[in-house]
Amino acid sequence: MSISWLDDFRQQAKSQFEQTGFPSHRLEDWRYTNVSAIAKKEFPLAKIENSPVFEGSKGGSAFHFVLVDGFFNAGLSNLPKTITVCSINNAIKNHADLLQSKFNQAITQTHGFIDFNTANFTDGLFIHIAENGVLDKPLQIIHVATQEAILPTRHVVILEKNAKATLIETFSSSENNGYLTNSVAEIFVGENADLTLYKVQQESETAYHFGGTYVQQADNARFTHHNFALGSVLARSDIICDLATAAECELNGLYLGSQKQHLDNFTRINHVESHGISREFYKGILNDQAKGVFQGRIVVAENAQKIDSKMNNCNLLLSNEAEIDTKPQLEIYADDVKCAHGVTVGQLDEKSIFYLQSRGIDEATAKHILTFAFANEMVDKITVPSLRESVFNLLLARFPEGAER
Amino acid sequence: MLKIKDLTVNVGTKEILKGLNLEVNAGEIHAIMGPNGAGKSTLSHVLSGKSGYEVTGGSITYNDKNLLEMPAEIRAREGVFLAFQYPVEIAGVTNVYLLKAALNAVRKHKGLSEVDAMDFLTLVKAKTKALDMDEKFLYRAVNEGFSGGEKKRNEILQMAMLEPQLCILDETDSGLDIDALRIVADGVNALRSENRAFIMVTHYQRLLDYIKPDFVHVLADGKIVKSGGAELALELEEKGYGWLEQA
Repeated sequence: MSISWLDDFRQQAKSQFEQTGFPSHRLEDWRYTNVSAIAKKEFPLAKIENSPVFEGSKGGSAFHFVLVDGFFNAGLSNLPKTITVCSINNAIKNHADLLQSKFNQAITQTHGFIDFNTANFTDGLFIHIAENGVLDKPLQIIHVATQEAILPTRHVVILEKNAKATLIETFSSSENNGYLTNSVAEIFVGENADLTLYKVQQESETAYHFGGTYVQQADNARFTHHNFALGSVLARSDIICDLATAAECELNGLYLGSQKQHLDNFTRINHVESHGISREFYKGILNDQAKGVFQGRIVVAENAQKIDSKMNNCNLLLSNEAEIDTKPQLEIYADDVKCAHGVTVGQLDEKSIFYLQSRGIDEATAKHILTFAFANEMVDKITVPSLRESVFNLLLARFPEGAER
Repeated sequence: MLKIKDLTVNVGTKEILKGLNLEVNAGEIHAIMGPNGAGKSTLSHVLSGKSGYEVTGGSITYNDKNLLEMPAEIRAREGVFLAFQYPVEIAGVTNVYLLKAALNAVRKHKGLSEVDAMDFLTLVKAKTKALDMDEKFLYRAVNEGFSGGEKKRNEILQMAMLEPQLCILDETDSGLDIDALRIVADGVNALRSENRAFIMVTHYQRLLDYIKPDFVHVLADGKIVKSGGAELALELEEKGYGWLEQA
């Protein structure tokens, strides 16, 4: 079935992508990340396959929405009954007007990954929470890759006035495959609504990952994001939030690179109107030859007064060959604002290592303990207990004996 | 237990210890006193295995083993404990985890199994109480935001848990008010035993009012220049260190 309004978007994005391809690192926003390797891979587009073998990490009683190779799998999923949750392909048919009114509206600036996604997305999540609606348990969006392919998914998340929800999005693979995740989420947080979104990126070590999250926050809307970048050989995460009057935004992140991983975290908080509050805190740990990128920009528009904004990026380099490119930026056009940013790049403290050694703990374990403690500050912010435990355990696997199990 | 012979130590190109001799036997308490810059802290650091010190001559034998060949963690597992002058604050690591990891490292070295979780809690709570510390300290980050007295008590708590053979107290009395000093001293006195020795490095005689030493040594310009009994400390208190340096 062809839907003309969507076909128009797709067609336009397709011709745009044909002109530009994936972003060039000559572009300012991509200067630290060269994605030319992805185009060279010439991954095919994922195909829907029957009955994939999958024993994923479905979390207990929580709701889950499973995407296998970018296609919604109803049989593996468990969706809440009281609110509108379905695949985006279903929404194209059954919630056409609402979808059409929101589609592509959260994306204010596009690039090759977004264009590719718009032109090619195979499926995704559609969730609509009506006024005063509450999703009483977290909904986990589980991406599983089984094919060596490009997996483009598109989500549209709509919270109406006073609605509240927690979403968890996880990316992983059934085998150690090379593939490209290309996931775009458009999020609309209505007036005084409250959304918390966790992202746990654990792609296979040869996979490429692009995940873009584009958020429109209405007056007094609250959006909290926790971003754990753990897997993938080359991953880029975009988080862009536009805040209306007195909206609040909190962005937390932890990127953990080893071997030759390249983990790019690009964030932008646009205070479009007054009285907004934003807090951003990203931590990075880079070992071996891994490379991390943090680009955080806070923009305060000319008429956006009384903004209170803080951004911090702390990095721990565990090897001489590890690298971090960090670029926090404040771009302020209003005159009555309170904005601050800070960056640290350091190594493990020798005095602390010796202190632990002097208590009988060997040097390697001492380093694991200190590294774990550095990272755990971000894990501690997770308020969903089962998720906190599972991320804690992922961390512990990377830094054995770093903490008590 | 410990034999230090003709020890010379450089920091960078500067010679700090210039032929130090000291013998400590089980059950003894030795106080090492001396003016600032005499090499007191260098001695405690070299004993505990801190890097940044170059041993250019002499030897240290601990229980008939060459101490200088052991990495810091092996010394700790073999029973050498340094109570730091400035205990390090470690954000994000709880006291209780440090104590457990340390105790298990020591036990493993001795060929013992890991401590049972319940036994450990019972033990650590009893020791915490004995040092008049709130149990909440156990679940706080190591030394983070602790007052000077709390940090020193925390050192003694670690010592009490690990039950070392040779305890080195580096300026443990510095920064303590009289009440905290008494609690710390009580903690140390409770650990005195015929199998355990103490080296107390201190600038002032004050600590020795509470922990009575068997021997007092004066360290000046990188050497022990005078040794005696507890009465020597009082003499130093009265006359200062000047008369020794002139001699």
